[in-house]
Order: sequence, then structure tokens, then C-alpha cells
Amino acid sequence: MRRALLVQAALVAAVALAIGWFWYNAAHNLETRKIASGFAFLAREAGFEIGETSGLAYSAADTYLRALAIGLANTFRVAAIGVVLATVLGVLLGLARLAPNWLLARLAGAYVEFVRNVPLVVQLFFWYALISENLPGPREALEPLPGVYLTNRGIFFPLPGSRPELVGFNFEGGGALSPEFAALLVGLTTYTAAFIAEIVRAGVLSVPRGQRDAARSLGMSERQALSYVVLPLALRAIVPPLTSQYLNLTKNSSLAVAIGYPDLVSIANTTINQTGQAIEGIAIIMAVYLTLSLSISAFMNWYNRRVALKGVRA
Amino acid sequence: MSWLRAHLFSSGPSALATLAIVALAAILLPPFVDWAILDAVWRVEDARECRQAQGACWAFVAEKHRFVLFGTYPFEQHWRPALATLLLVALWAASGLRRLWRWWLALVWAAGLAAIGALMWGGVAGLAYVETERWGGLILTLLLATFGIAFAFPLAVLLALGRRSRLPALRWLCVAYIELVRGVPLISLLFMASVMLPLFLPEGVNLDKLLRAQIALVMFAAAYLAEVVRGGLQAIPPHQYESAEALGLGYWQRTLFVILPQALRIAIPPLVNTVIGLLKDTSLVVVIGLFDLLTSIKVSLQEPAWTGFGVEAYLFASAVYFAFCWALSRYSRSLEHHPARAGTGPSR
Repeated sequence: MRRALLVQAALVAAVALAIGWFWYNAAHNLETRKIASGFAFLAREAGFEIGETSGLAYSAADTYLRALAIGLANTFRVAAIGVVLATVLGVLLGLARLAPNWLLARLAGAYVEFVRNVPLVVQLFFWYALISENLPGPREALEPLPGVYLTNRGIFFPLPGSRPELVGFNFEGGGALSPEFAALLVGLTTYTAAFIAEIVRAGVLSVPRGQRDAARSLGMSERQALSYVVLPLALRAIVPPLTSQYLNLTKNSSLAVAIGYPDLVSIANTTINQTGQAIEGIAIIMAVYLTLSLSISAFMNWYNRRVALKGVRA
Repeated sequence: MSWLRAHLFSSGPSALATLAIVALAAILLPPFVDWAILDAVWRVEDARECRQAQGACWAFVAEKHRFVLFGTYPFEQHWRPALATLLLVALWAASGLRRLWRWWLALVWAAGLAAIGALMWGGVAGLAYVETERWGGLILTLLLATFGIAFAFPLAVLLALGRRSRLPALRWLCVAYIELVRGVPLISLLFMASVMLPLFLPEGVNLDKLLRAQIALVMFAAAYLAEVVRGGLQAIPPHQYESAEALGLGYWQRTLFVILPQALRIAIPPLVNTVIGLLKDTSLVVVIGLFDLLTSIKVSLQEPAWTGFGVEAYLFASAVYFAFCWALSRYSRSLEHHPARAGTGPSR
């Protein structure tokens, strides 16, 4: 008992000492390099423009705090849309892999295999190059669906009451996705969908065939057996890894910095470069993502408790 | 015929799906084949020839492959990273064979890595010295992944053991580390290593950029690997712990000779998956400007003559990463399909 206490005390002391040493070095280095510390810089004028602001007002005269908030809004925007699209595509792909049709199953399998084995950054660069270099200019825009225009300046689509119109060199009106946002969204969606497909497939396969057979022999139709017995069981296996994929998608949206979409990390990076306050900048990024991760895992634990099968110990 | 009926036309919806896929292929494949093969440009004297062509410009790959594979390593010395790459791939391939899972494999690795170090750095046996700033391309990607896993692994075992320890302070420190690292994106760790780490070191101490990025990758991989190892530890039935204790073995004896050998064998397939993840994640060093495979492609594309061929360039990058990751994932799956054999290593 005594030994255990000593070991732990020594460990905590060692960690505290290491942190203290880092702290001392940092303080000394900041002083010699004349870099300020603390979060006072957040109230200063940012002085840089942001390409897209998710509908919030922002100008270069606003503060760093506001710039970072815009970055966070941009992160949430791409993550929220990405999560919805990736779920839809992933479920379709997962079910396609289980389809009795050989061609469909193989095709979905090949997609999953390819996408999962190529780094996401490479895929993002690919989509960005495809959109910004290989799509035609607004005047020769591709129109795959009526009113939807694909151009190297971005993707334009109609909204209720407003259609995109070619004015001068670009489209106005309707909804618009910048090339950076479009590339990030397509990349995150197609990448995460491949992982979700595997989760869905494993979830459906995890329900023993006997469950379905039993439901059928009780007189349920195939449809009833699926929606009252198989799916509720499959969802228990699907939801926990699914939430961690949502979290991954959100964390992966930080790769936006590589293709120039102004998400939180990208704005924090600009802030660090301008103010030199690396420690504060990185602390902000980490605090935001940690809050997100911890709240999602708290939700997951709550959900798991709620859906847990009664009488069965996990 | 019966195969076709059973697998492609078994029901109305299935037949419809088959027809839809065939129709889509008929529409999409011919233009793609035209672009990728028939109209493609494979070799050029001048990059302008590519601009006039209708198809893909694979000439970019032909022209730039040396730079992409070896980065800024001195041109006339390229045989050195080439040989080092082959050596490293051979080491990995050999480690995949269960027959060679003996204690001397560690010695082979040590010798191999020493040889790779000598080749890359030089300064011995008449080889010119090349500083790490000039290392680049494929070998850098492979080295980051190899050393990442090599250093992350022992760290991960300690973290996993710590997380299951009976000492609360130790347990909480390990949990805090693992959850902290797994909760933030790798990019933030890389930024931390590239801009924050120098501030934390005493004045005058400079770690080079490659080493700093490597530290970030090790820290990151260790947290994920620790969870893999913990999974293995949890799969060991309690009676193994109890019988080892009943035999009078101490904590370290129990852990080293009874628990870990079994736990690590169970953890091998997910461990290989972590290696795949790490290999893919090394590509993120592009954001801090380290010259790995992806960065050298990106830099090649910035040359005025070659701007606008990003699609071809990144398809090539995808092919290279895919080759490595797919091979590893097939290997991991083959281990999963023989769980019994994965559990029975060579007897001593």
C-alpha cells in the first residue's frame, strides 16, 4: 500500500515537473522574443478578410474573436451537412453491399475498398483540383440538372424564389457553394460514407438470422420483421460506431486548411501567424474539439444506456 | 446462365439494378477510357503538348517521378533513397510472414534500419552527408510511418497497462492522455509540434522539423494503439490473471510472460489497421510543409509549366497510397480469417 502511494506520488511529481519545465521555458522564450501572452489579442482587430462566413457578418475590421467564431461556424456548417449526406450515402452503400445483386454488391465493395485505402487529404486535393481546374468557367457552365450549374467558381443551385443567373462573369442569385466548400464537402462525404457503409453492413450482419426467422414464424410479414425486430437490433450495433464516425468527420474537417476553406483551424492558423501567439491559438483549437468530443461521447453513453437490452449485461 | 439468373436477375428490383448499372457504365466508361488511355499523353518534350491534348497528361508523372519519389534529395544520389525504400518494404514484407516471427527478427530490423540510416544520412563508407531537410518523397512517408509505429508501440503498451492499473493516479493520467489526444485532430498536434514545441524547449535547443513531426505522429499513434492493446488485454479471461497470481508471479512477471503475449496476439489484426491509418495520416505533414510524397506532388504542380494537372497528379498519389494500404488491409484480413492460427505463434 505504502509502495503504491509512493509510486503514484513520484509519477504525479514527474509529470508536474515536466509541465513546470515546459512552462518556465515558454515564459522565458516568449519574453526574449517579445511575444505577448494571454488572450487579450482576441479583442484586437483581425485585419484579414474571410472568403465565406456562413451567412454571418464579418469584415477585416472585426476582432480575432469574431474571426474565430466565423471559423467555428464554417466548421459546423460543413460538418452538419457532411454528416447528413455521409449517412445517406453510407447507408445506401452498406445495404448495396448486402444486396443479392452480385454487380451492385461488388461495385459498392470496390468503392469502399478504394476510398478507405487512400488518405483523405489526397482525396480533398483531388476534388479541389477537379472543381477548380477542370470544370468550365461560368459562361460555359455545365448544367447537369435544370438550374444547377457546375463551374470552376463553384456550384450554383436554385433556391425557392431565386434562381442563379449569369451576370457578367459569374452567377448571381440562388444558392452557391464555393469551390473550397464543395471540394471539402464532397471529400468528407464520400470518405466517411465508406466507413459508415462498413458499420451498417456489420450491424445488419450482427443480427442472427434466427431473429428474423422467429419473427416470421410468429406471423409477421417480411417488412414487419425487418422494422420491428431486425432493424432495432441492428441499430444497437450501428449507433455507437456511427457517432464516432460523425466525430471523425468533424475532426477531419480540420483538413480544410490544406485546400483553403476558412474553418476554425485555418482561421486559428492565420491568427497564430499574425500574432505569434501559438500556445493560445492551439489551446483554442484543442479546447473546441475536446468539448465537442467529450459532449458527443457523453451523448453516446446516454444513448447506449437508453437502448441497452434489459436483462442483458453488456 | 444459371449463375447470371441467380446473381443478377433474381428478382424485379435486382434485374432493374443490373440494367441501370450496365446503362451507366455504357454512358460513363467510353469518355473515361478516351480521357485516361486513348487520348492521354504519356511522354512529352514540352509541357505545352499536354495543354493541347484532349486526354489525361500522364506525362506529368513520367516527367516528375524522380522528384515525387525522392523529393529534394540530391539528384545524382537518388539510388540511396531508392535502395532504402526497397530495403524498408522488404523488411515490412518479411515481418508479415508468420514463419519469421522469431526473436531474431528484431535484430534484422535493427540492422536494416541502421543500414537505411547510413544510406540516407551518409557520412560513412564514402557516402556524402545529406541533412534531413533534404530528405523527401516516398521514403519519408514510409519512414514516418515505420518510426511512428515503432516508437508508438511500446508507449501504447505502457499506456494500456496504465489505464487498467490499480493505481488511481496512474490510471487517470493515462486516461487523460489517451482521451485528450484522441479528442483533437492530428493537424492540431502537428501544429503544436511545428510551432509550439520550439517554445517549450530551452533556448538554444533546436529539434529539426522532421523529428518534431515524428514526435507528433508518435504521440498520436500511441493513443490509438493504446486502445487497441487495451482491447487485447480485455479479451484475456480473468482466470489467466488469477492463475498467474496463484503461481506467485509478481505484476511484471504476470504481465510480461502471461498476459501480454496472449493480448498482443489477439490485437494483431486491429494493430495492422492502425498501421494503415498511420500510413495514411503521414500525408497530413503536407500542412506543415514537410517534403513527403504528397508535398512533393503539390510542389511539382506549382511549377508554371505543370499547373492545372492536379487531377492526374492526385490520381497517381492515390494509386501509390492505395497500393501500400490495400496490401496491408488484405494482410490484416487474412489474419482475421485465421484467428486460431494468429493465436498460435511458433513454439520455442
